[in-house]
Amino acid sequence: MRISKTFWIYTILALIGYAVVQMLITNGQLDMYYANLLITIAINIILAVSLHLVIGITGQFSIGHAGFLAIGAYVSAICTMHFHLPFIVALAIGAIAAAIGGLIVGIPTLRLRGDYLAIATLGFAEIIRITFLNIDYVGGAAGMQIIQQTNWTYAFFGMFVTIVVISNFTNSRHGRACISVREDEIAADSMGINVTYYKVLAFAIGSLFAGLAGGLFSHNFFIIQPAQFNFLKSFDILIYVVLGGLGSLTGSIVAAVLLTVISLYLQDFPETRMIIYSLVLIVVMLYRPAGLMGTKELPDLFKRKKGGKVHE
Amino acid sequence: MSNPLLKVDHVGIQFGGLKAVQKFNMELFEGELVGLIGPNGAGKTTSFNMLTGVYKPTEGTITFDGKVTNKLSPHQVTKNGVSRTFQNIRLFKELTVLDNVKVANHSLAHHSMLSSIFRLPTHFKGEAKMEEASLAFLEIFGLDVYKDELAKNLPYGMQRRLEIARALAAGPKLLLLDEPAAGMNPQETKALMDLIALIRKKFDLTILLIEHDMGLVMGICERIYVLDHGELIASGTPEEIRHNKKVIEAYLGEEVPL
Repeated sequence: MRISKTFWIYTILALIGYAVVQMLITNGQLDMYYANLLITIAINIILAVSLHLVIGITGQFSIGHAGFLAIGAYVSAICTMHFHLPFIVALAIGAIAAAIGGLIVGIPTLRLRGDYLAIATLGFAEIIRITFLNIDYVGGAAGMQIIQQTNWTYAFFGMFVTIVVISNFTNSRHGRACISVREDEIAADSMGINVTYYKVLAFAIGSLFAGLAGGLFSHNFFIIQPAQFNFLKSFDILIYVVLGGLGSLTGSIVAAVLLTVISLYLQDFPETRMIIYSLVLIVVMLYRPAGLMGTKELPDLFKRKKGGKVHE
Repeated sequence: MSNPLLKVDHVGIQFGGLKAVQKFNMELFEGELVGLIGPNGAGKTTSFNMLTGVYKPTEGTITFDGKVTNKLSPHQVTKNGVSRTFQNIRLFKELTVLDNVKVANHSLAHHSMLSSIFRLPTHFKGEAKMEEASLAFLEIFGLDVYKDELAKNLPYGMQRRLEIARALAAGPKLLLLDEPAAGMNPQETKALMDLIALIRKKFDLTILLIEHDMGLVMGICERIYVLDHGELIASGTPEEIRHNKKVIEAYLGEEVPL
C-alpha cells in the first residue's frame, strides 16, 4: 500500500506541473518557443524511457529506435491526413503499429547478442526508413504534409502514461524477470524465466512507446521526411539512455531534458554546435563513466540521506 | 524400487569432432543424494548442462518424472522440477539478495503484466506472496539480514548459499549442485554439508552434486557416479567407489582415508 501512496504523491506533483505550464501557455506568458521546447522535451523523454526499458532494464543493445519512431510517425500521420481520424485515435494506431513492427523485428533479431544485435537493429531501422522513402503514398523523399496537432496536453499525458507504465512494469515480477535477463541470461533461463519471451515483450513495449512518441513528433511539425529518422536519430536516443546511466529510469529522463535544452541553445552557434555537444558528452563520460545517475533513481538519492539519519 | 525420478539413458554430446560425454547412464530415485565425481574435464558440468537443457544431447534420452526432457529449453526443464547452481557463481549481481530469490519465485505468482501496469489488487497479492515465500527461503539460509544488500556485495560463502537458496526457490524436485563447496574452508564446508542435509529433509529433495572435496562427497552421498574422459567408469556406494581400481587410477590416486 505504501507503493500507491508515493505513486499518488508523484502523480499530484506531476499534474500540478502540467496545470501550471498549461496556465502559462493559455495566458500567453510562455511563448511558442518555450512551449515547443517543453513539447520536444516530453517527446524525447518518451523516447528515452522506452529505450531505457530495452537497453537499461532488459540489457538488449538496440540502436534502431528511430525505426519505430518512424513507424509511429508515419502511421499516425496517414490516419489523420488520409483517413481523417481523430488525433488521439491516430496516436493509438501509430503506437500499436510500431509495437507490431517491434514484434516482427524482435523475434528474429533478439536471438542475437551484443554487437550483432546492435547491427541487426540498426539495419532494420534503415530498412524501415528506406521503405517509407520509396512509398509515394507518404510522399517519398519530399515528405508528407501534416497539420500540426500536438500540444502540451497531448505531449504531457503521453509522457506521463509512458513513465507510469514502464516504471510499474519494471517494479513487478515481469520487470525483475527482464533485469535477470540483463544480469545473466543463462542463470535467468535456469531459474525458469522464459528469456526469449521477456526480451521480445520488453522490445515490443519499447517500440509501442516509441510509436507514441512518433505520433506526437510528426504532428508537432508541418512536414515529416524519412531523413528525420535516420540512424543519427537512433543515436540521439541511445545517448539519452547511456548518459543518464544504464538501468536508471530517472537518469534517462534527466539526460533527455538536459541534452534537449543544450542542443536547442546550441542552435544559435551552428558552426560549433556539434563540437560543443560532443565535448559535453565526453566530459560527462569522463567524470561519470556509469552515466549521470549510474543505476540509481532520483528518489534513492533522497532516501539515502534519510536512511543515514535513522541510523544515528 | 519404484520408477526412477531421473533416468539418463545412453546420453552423449558432441561438439564438432569432440565427444565430450558419451554413453552416460544414470538413475536417480526419489529422495536420494548422489554424487558425480571425476577429474577436471571429465564432462561433469557438461552432463549438468544437458540435464538442465543448456546443452541439447546429440544422442540418448533424459527422462525426468516420466517426461522426456532432452529437447526442452532450460526454463521448461526448471518448470518441470529440476533446478541448479553453477560452478562459477552466476547470481544476478546488481539485484538485491531478496530480488535474486524473487526471480526464481517467478512462477509462484501468476499476476499478469497488465495487472502490474495498472496496479490491480492481483498484482499486490501476487507480489506479497512472492515476498513472503522469498523471505522464508532467505531465513532458512540465514541470509535474511542481507536481504537489501546487492548480491555482488555478499562475501563469497554467502554468495554460494544464496545460489542454493535461489535454486530452491524455483521449486525443484531434483536439485543439481555444481561444486557447492568450491573455495570454502573446512568450517564452511561442514556448515554447508549440514545445510544440504537440512534442506533435503525439509523439501523432500533429490540431490545430485558435483564435488571435488572427497570428504564431503564420501561423507554425505549415498551413491556416487564417476566420470572420466566423458565416460562413466564406475558407480556405486562410497565404499565401493573408494576401492574401485579404475577410479583410484583415474582420479583418487590413492585410497581415501576417512
